[in-house]
Amino acid sequence: MGAGEEAIGDRCLTRVVSVRDVWKSYGNVEVVRGVSFDVEEGTTTVVFGPSGAGKSTLLRCINMLHPPDRGTVFLRDIDLMQAGGKMNYYRSKFGMVFQHFNLFSHMTVLDNVMIGPKVVKKIPQDQAKAIALEALEKVRMKDWCNHYPSQLSGGQKQRAGIARALAMDPEVILFDEPTSALDPELIGEVLQTMLDLAKEKKTMICVTHEMGFAKAVASDMIFMDEGVVVETGSPEHFFANPTNERTKRFLSRLTELYGRHEGERRTAADRE
Amino acid sequence: MIDYLGDLFEGLLVTFQLSFTALGIGLILGLAAALARKYGHEPLSLLANAYIELIRGTPLTVQLFIIYFGLPSLGVLFSPTLSAIVALGINSGAYQAEYFRGAIESIGGGQMEAALSLGMSRLQAVLRVILPQAFRLALPSWSNEAAYLPKYSSVAFLVTVPELLARSKMVISRNLKPLEVYLVVGLIYLATIATISKILDMVYERYKITVE
Repeated sequence: MGAGEEAIGDRCLTRVVSVRDVWKSYGNVEVVRGVSFDVEEGTTTVVFGPSGAGKSTLLRCINMLHPPDRGTVFLRDIDLMQAGGKMNYYRSKFGMVFQHFNLFSHMTVLDNVMIGPKVVKKIPQDQAKAIALEALEKVRMKDWCNHYPSQLSGGQKQRAGIARALAMDPEVILFDEPTSALDPELIGEVLQTMLDLAKEKKTMICVTHEMGFAKAVASDMIFMDEGVVVETGSPEHFFANPTNERTKRFLSRLTELYGRHEGERRTAADRE
Repeated sequence: MIDYLGDLFEGLLVTFQLSFTALGIGLILGLAAALARKYGHEPLSLLANAYIELIRGTPLTVQLFIIYFGLPSLGVLFSPTLSAIVALGINSGAYQAEYFRGAIESIGGGQMEAALSLGMSRLQAVLRVILPQAFRLALPSWSNEAAYLPKYSSVAFLVTVPELLARSKMVISRNLKPLEVYLVVGLIYLATIATISKILDMVYERYKITVE
């Protein structure tokens, strides 16, 4: 067993991402202020907290879309701040799913999913198409592959967005509030897709307020506020006895707004 | 009855030559300036900005005269046709730059972010994601530029290029029928512009996209 691996019970975990004291400011606003955590292979980490807490910025620091001002991020044993010219290559190891989908408007769903393998990985057309169709099958969007984004519902767009990330066979998938822009009745299909991925042991970091989802699949939860990690722990810890006062207040406000474990209920309803 | 149509037709061909070459030059200049303004480092983006403002703030005729009458004093001598093409191309580029810039602005940062997140380089993202959308979004205003250029190119008669308007003046000096000839010339411009507009409308309908 090499460095970064440790046996916990019968699971042998390997660290995929290590966030190390990441700081990020825009202008003179410090958005992320010294965040550190590890993500083990095959686990789902849920990051939550009030808007403006720095969650989305943190995700963009992790895949170096916006490199941190201080601190660094390791992908396996690679220090991404030292990646230099290989940055684009390492960034392709992170899938990213966006709140507003960001599908390429001028391409069909199939082309959206194919373009990564084709342009970045230089995979030949036929193979790239096969990879894309497989990813679309997984999110149940294969029948829509010749449609344009403007012809899809929000839930369908987001599932296509997930397929686009999957087609690159990433080490980790970053979800940036994937259901926040969706109509309530469309959230279930996206959460279901994410649950499927979690059960397949894809490594995921999800910024989300879907506490039902967190309870069902998260191995770790991170509560952020004002750019710092306020509290971390398992879902059991958070839902039974969160220790920090701010965490308690935020969780009870979520419950007030959405009802208890709303996400779980919707997901169950979607299956029927 | 109209025995001078052949003359005018020859002039129309020169008008086309001026317009379409200038449109092509303007396309390259306009794209370069728009990209420099949006993605270039400061000196480059300032340079692009200066070009756009300078050209849009001065009359086309003055630009043409500087190139045709002014530059020879610096030892740069262009033929009348080349002067007209250069002036029209540089002029059109400044306007096209604004159309493309507007289109790029309206695409929004999310598309670039998504492209980069797949591992594309910035150049790949611009070529594969930003520009294909910018072309489609800019097409309606760009079509106006394309349709109007034959009209603007009539200034070339001021530097003796034998384009449509210059030809019509020659015809009139022979037959002394200015009203009739200018009406015919007007109709020819009108038909030309209507045809180009129609074609570009069809292209737009075929390729238009809805930006999320």
